[in-house]
Amino acid sequence: MAIGLAHYLTVAAALFTIGIFGIFLNRKNVIIILMSVELMLLAVNVNFVAFSAHLGDLVGQVFTMFVLTVAAAEAAIGLAIVVCFFRNKGTIAVEDISQMKG
Amino acid sequence: MIASLVFYMFAAFAIGGAVMVVSARNPVHSVLWLILVFFNAAGLFLLLGAEFLAMVLVVVYVGAVAVLFLFVVMMLDINSLRLREGFLQYLPTGAMIGLVLLAELSSLFASWAFAPAGSQTLAAPNPPGLTNTEALGRILYTDYIYLFQAAGLVLLVAMVGTILLTLRTRPGVRKQDISRQVARSPKDTLEIKKVPSGGGI
Repeated sequence: MAIGLAHYLTVAAALFTIGIFGIFLNRKNVIIILMSVELMLLAVNVNFVAFSAHLGDLVGQVFTMFVLTVAAAEAAIGLAIVVCFFRNKGTIAVEDISQMKG
Repeated sequence: MIASLVFYMFAAFAIGGAVMVVSARNPVHSVLWLILVFFNAAGLFLLLGAEFLAMVLVVVYVGAVAVLFLFVVMMLDINSLRLREGFLQYLPTGAMIGLVLLAELSSLFASWAFAPAGSQTLAAPNPPGLTNTEALGRILYTDYIYLFQAAGLVLLVAMVGTILLTLRTRPGVRKQDISRQVARSPKDTLEIKKVPSGGGI
């Protein structure tokens, strides 16, 4: 059976679902939550590239590069916040991050 | 046939690696599985004919993002056992939400088709006779130059923000201050005394 668009979309859907599942499963660990977000962004990228290849339109690949840029920036800022928080509090457990709660 | 097998291999490794990312006990192992997922996603991109993006994925994700995660995981002294308590408590909720999302996505797959006029309105059709990298460069630096610059600006802001967040000036640390060293003149620090012979100071 030839590999078509649907196969790639299925892989992307599975990756996205695993990403969401990971966020719920690792409610306490910020770093794994960030990794799950990266997985979800990767799934979106796979979708973009699959549609781009299927339609013969390059804009999908251009947009994938912008998604990649945002993902890299998000990872850097997120990890910087985690490092900063760990330095001040000595923990990165999610339930301890609640000072801004009124 | 070979292409299908290669696709199934990449897809299986990507999905299996993703499952291991979210379920590994040690965060360091999670990062290593994440690197496997990125490599296999790059393989999928190669199969789709997006060679440039495959290489960018390896360079940016594996070379920068995953290594950044690895540094942070190893730098912070995290008690992973305490972070994992409640793992089973959240399993049913997570599984249920995942299943609902998967059901929604699959119901979308079942009733979905391209618009018949869709293939006539391509924004940037793949030009024949050009490599993927060349074709991408031709539209990225012309039609999408403003977006490209905006992406650079996003990275700049991220860099400034990251440095600002993690920079700290610790008191009591002796550091070299080159401008002060260079600006010092001998007469600020040095005094020549004439000592009479035999008299002492």
